[in-house]
Amino acid sequence: MKAAVARPAPLGVLGADAPARRGVARRIVRNKSVVLGGAVLAVVVAIALLAPVLGTGDPAQINPVARNKVPGAESSVRQADGTAARVTHWMGTDSLGRDIYSRVIYGARISLVVGVTVALISASIGLVIGVVAGYLRWLDGFVMRIMDGLMSIPAILLAIALVSLASAGLRTVIIAIVIPEVPRVVRLVRAVVLSIREEAYVEAAVALGAPTPALLARHVLPNTVAPLVVQATFICASAILVEAILSFLGIGIPPEVPTWGNIMAEGRALFRIFPHNILFPGVFLAVTVLAVNMLGDGLRDMLDPRMSKRL
Amino acid sequence: MLYRYLARRLIATIPVMAVVATFVFLLLRLTTGDPAAIIAGDNATAADVAAIRGKLGLDRPIVQQFAIWLGNIARGDLGESFFFKRKVTALIADRIEPTLSLAVCTIVLAVLFAVPLGVIAAWRHGSWIDRAVMALSVLGFSVPVFVIGYSLIYVFAIYLGWLPVQGYQRLADGFGGFIERLILPSVALSVIYVALIARITRTSVLEVMNADYVRTARAKGLADVAVLVRHVLRNAAVPIVTVIGLGIALLIGGVVVTESVFSIPGLGRLTVDAVLARDYPTVQAVVLLFSMVYVLINLLVDLTYTFLDPRIRY
Repeated sequence: MKAAVARPAPLGVLGADAPARRGVARRIVRNKSVVLGGAVLAVVVAIALLAPVLGTGDPAQINPVARNKVPGAESSVRQADGTAARVTHWMGTDSLGRDIYSRVIYGARISLVVGVTVALISASIGLVIGVVAGYLRWLDGFVMRIMDGLMSIPAILLAIALVSLASAGLRTVIIAIVIPEVPRVVRLVRAVVLSIREEAYVEAAVALGAPTPALLARHVLPNTVAPLVVQATFICASAILVEAILSFLGIGIPPEVPTWGNIMAEGRALFRIFPHNILFPGVFLAVTVLAVNMLGDGLRDMLDPRMSKRL
Repeated sequence: MLYRYLARRLIATIPVMAVVATFVFLLLRLTTGDPAAIIAGDNATAADVAAIRGKLGLDRPIVQQFAIWLGNIARGDLGESFFFKRKVTALIADRIEPTLSLAVCTIVLAVLFAVPLGVIAAWRHGSWIDRAVMALSVLGFSVPVFVIGYSLIYVFAIYLGWLPVQGYQRLADGFGGFIERLILPSVALSVIYVALIARITRTSVLEVMNADYVRTARAKGLADVAVLVRHVLRNAAVPIVTVIGLGIALLIGGVVVTESVFSIPGLGRLTVDAVLARDYPTVQAVVLLFSMVYVLINLLVDLTYTFLDPRIRY
């Protein structure tokens, strides 16, 4: 969404020479936004990967005697061998007696998978369409009109309409979030390609008879990398949010799967008495999205000073 | 010149809306289920389904169906809802007041908050106020509207008991109850909008503040507020208004969620209900309507440029 506002300017050639690259590494460490966002994100990734060993139980296990417990409450859970074990519900339980802590921790997995997958897929598709549109003049007008049309349907609304087409599930949700994001990437890539075509060194390469694939690989693609990385980071943040919104509205990932949106949807009915069902996943969601956004802001300032001045 | 520009802009929206219309039309065709079978219900015979298919024109070639559908839309007929068994236009007319009230309230609130916030941040560039405004703006982008909504409900409606928890009251049934129920949803929805507008206001004002005419205005002894309003804001207005227009897309997405959180019977709630019920004519109509509103508002925004900045000539 932010992409519609920031019309990113093309970058200078990045990674062309070694000293510049060493400079990038130093700037990454010096950029507070990148360090902080990256660190928080690393913690969330670690939580997602280590979910089974973080004192969690089965996030889908229903326990009728331990329904709607407040945070910190204890209950006994029957083990596989028939003995009962005392379990502390640090974040309470939901109306089916499922442990909120386990669900929130496992929920990190779905959010990260959706965020990263959507970012990668929409960046790849957008890159291909953008390069083609920027390079083949006769296709440009047609492709861009379709992109304009898609962009004039508000993103969340488009995703909502798309999930209604297929059965609910992770794949449907990912596709529904990818489609509204693609036009924004296409616009960005096309703008970079168009400006690169005007550069003297590209004209020189063309004059020297460089074949198109080599031209694209040597000069055009390297210039799209930095803005694409920044854009993909923002797409990741937005995808995590949209997935949570779809699940929260009950039209995303099936309710038994522990996702932050689903946990909150579950907590809606009893919100007045047990606000923790919405509070805990909400905090995790907000912190994760904030971390990804900070990473994106920092990367943008670092990789493209011109762009940071605009927004 | 302005009229020629207006005509050109109007013509430019035609292909955009054509893509939207085609897409929305295909939405119904891409579904796995047969719409006729959905309408006919579980106990229908094959003959019933065939009859409905004939009535809806589903047995004709797809291009012809598209032409008929477009013709119907041009005449203001958006079809009949599968689920509510009513004309979609009537359904929308019923639901438009809550959504419109919420949207207008949010925009007014957001602009009233965000523009001064952005100006102050730029005015005290580099100070703690500036950093706080920027931090809040990143935060505003990251906290989802339902988390804000539920937090507001918990604090102001449940804990403090100052405002009603949820619901909507029509304007005709009393202004007090109407505005009372709109405050929390509008505040929740305006957060992301405030973040967006404050950010662009700050950037835009910062750019203008370095201009020669601002230095001159200050040098001649004009008061700070006068410089800000008469010289800085006037010149910084175009990007701000542009972002307010583009932000309508965020607002529309937010409306859908906010109406669900606050149980407001508006178009957003209708969209979710229609998707849950696989009520495609309603989904189509709402997507088409929202997109049209978005495109038209941005057209209007483009046209205001000449009034905001007389230097812009078309």
